[in-house]
Amino acid sequence: MALGDVKISVQNLFKIYGYNPRAVQDKVYDGIDKSAFMQETGHVLALNNINVDMREGQITVVMGLSGSGKSTLIRHLNRLIEPTSGQIFLDGTDVLAMDEETLRNLRRRSMSMVFQKFALLPHRTVLANTILAPEARGENTKQSEDEARKWLARVGLEGMEDSYPSQLSGGMQQRVGLARALTSNADVMLMDEAFSALDPLIRTSMQDLLLELQRDLHKTIIFITHDLDEALKLADHLVVLKDGYIVQQGDPQEILLRPAARYIEEFIQDINRARVLKVKSIMSPTKTKRGCSDVVQGDDTLEAVINAHKGRIDGTFAVSDPNDATKIIGKVRMEDIYRALVRPQMQHDYEN
Amino acid sequence: MAYDWIFTALGMTDACKTDSGPLLSLSSLRNEAPSPWDLPFPSLDTLNEACAAFPKTRDFTAALEDGFLYIRPALRTVLDPLTQPLSWALDGALTLFVEMPWWILVPLLILVAKLLSNSYKVAGIVAASFLFLLFVDYYEFAIQTLSIIFVCTVLCVAFGVPLGIAMSRSDRFQNAMIPILDMLQTLPTFVYLIPLIFLFNITEPKLYGLAIILYAIVPVVRLTNLGIRLVDRDVMEAVTAFGLTDRQKLYRVQIPLALPNIMAGVNQTIMMSLAMVVIASLVSAPGLGTLVLDGINNLRLGVGFLAGFGIVLIAIMLDRVSKAALARIDKSKKS
Repeated sequence: MALGDVKISVQNLFKIYGYNPRAVQDKVYDGIDKSAFMQETGHVLALNNINVDMREGQITVVMGLSGSGKSTLIRHLNRLIEPTSGQIFLDGTDVLAMDEETLRNLRRRSMSMVFQKFALLPHRTVLANTILAPEARGENTKQSEDEARKWLARVGLEGMEDSYPSQLSGGMQQRVGLARALTSNADVMLMDEAFSALDPLIRTSMQDLLLELQRDLHKTIIFITHDLDEALKLADHLVVLKDGYIVQQGDPQEILLRPAARYIEEFIQDINRARVLKVKSIMSPTKTKRGCSDVVQGDDTLEAVINAHKGRIDGTFAVSDPNDATKIIGKVRMEDIYRALVRPQMQHDYEN
Repeated sequence: MAYDWIFTALGMTDACKTDSGPLLSLSSLRNEAPSPWDLPFPSLDTLNEACAAFPKTRDFTAALEDGFLYIRPALRTVLDPLTQPLSWALDGALTLFVEMPWWILVPLLILVAKLLSNSYKVAGIVAASFLFLLFVDYYEFAIQTLSIIFVCTVLCVAFGVPLGIAMSRSDRFQNAMIPILDMLQTLPTFVYLIPLIFLFNITEPKLYGLAIILYAIVPVVRLTNLGIRLVDRDVMEAVTAFGLTDRQKLYRVQIPLALPNIMAGVNQTIMMSLAMVVIASLVSAPGLGTLVLDGINNLRLGVGFLAGFGIVLIAIMLDRVSKAALARIDKSKKS
């Protein structure tokens, strides 16, 4: 399977909580909203027609406020929660059709998970916690311990193998959680608000660690968060969830520049656009640097460009390919950069 | 004869007549009208006065007894072979520990106490208690009491822990078990002995063995169930997400994490066994309880006091050792 192919495909997924979810499901299709559905049927509509393709080697971030169904959604992928209806495919295989044994194998080999509250085994050392997945598979302890040591060192926990989780700080505990997921060697990593319980500084360093790991490992990561900054920093593909339905999904830069709903606009009001928007998102494509005073990298943020040019308000820059500095992919004027910083005025009339 | 009128009004006077008609009561001899002040509750005995066809309370209890005696042979055929190993275990343990010379057994017990508690203080308490019991010649009684407690506690754990695990896995089973456990725990200890005396020969050890186990098994069942249910849900979700089987979850996560609670249950089970083994001396359980019973029956105050003190010493030993063991587990499993 090549990078960029669809790894996990979620199709028409519904989850209804209540006495008799299947009986009331017909009422959902009319595009009813969560509170009206509750009033009408007494059932909770947790997920409403979710369709997402999660691509190999990408970080798909599902963002939403509490109650939006994001944690419910991620638990469907490895069937910790059973859907009311819909399909989930992993590498083209129907996950929902799996029997218990096949499902257990999927959890042991193909998907690992990192939890908001760490969920380490308090009676085990860091090392014994980390080998959980190979242990479940029944693999040789010595070999899996070597593997676990490698990953513990990689996440910066060398020398902590024999400590107990209670002796570690929150950030270190989540590093153990990360090492545990990595030791499983699964292609897919599910991260359920993995950094939400950490202090802001630690959270930032964990995000950097994750991005650094991802540059080498190219896992398919499904990341749940309620924090837009975190979502924009990590996401290759951003899915915004509200009351169980998808408000908008796509490239995060795209969502930021062209919000498709009032809800998204409200959400991005407080974002520091200079720090999040990248030059390549606002450039006009061209192949020459004719008429340009300088070259900037495509992945540079607007803030970086403004800083580099000491706040001057004129100039035109060539934009280079993030992976190949000699290749020019477009140009951008300082004027465009400043214009992109202006927030959308919430003047559009959206359907919803 | 306060309720005669009911049966007269219902026209059941004939139905009430039996061969031995009701005796004349004092008030009817005196020909007094019964005062409302003296109105009796229409109990079985009162109704029997009015209508002889009603059974007296005495007849009712007799019928209960007959009923129990009627099913007794069937119960015995089933329970006797099932519980026979209990008799063997108790006899075996009693013979083994009583026959063992004191200069082997006492150091051995002190060593066990040291290993379990990892504390010289606790080992010292055990040593001092045994020296005292040896000194006053109550050592053999104490060893008998300890042997019975040992066998009963082992069996309580062997049956109680699986029961508790089963309860933790099924809400329905838990709901069925809780009233039974409540009943076992609230019934006065003497009441256990009554049906057992009828079921088994009074000379058989399993009689008191069963009484002790039924009484003492409750805490270990309850606390195993509670301990497993208290295991962090997030942790259980995590091990499910990593594909552990139910068996792996039970042995590698649930039991280790529930162990402090299970051990607290074992501690209570041991203490309740001790309480019951003293009462079980009424049904021929050997040990310090027989001395207490002797003290009560023959008004030998000194014997009763000294045996009572011996029981206190055993209680302190068992409690300290099991609590120290529990504390060690708590410390290593602290989250």
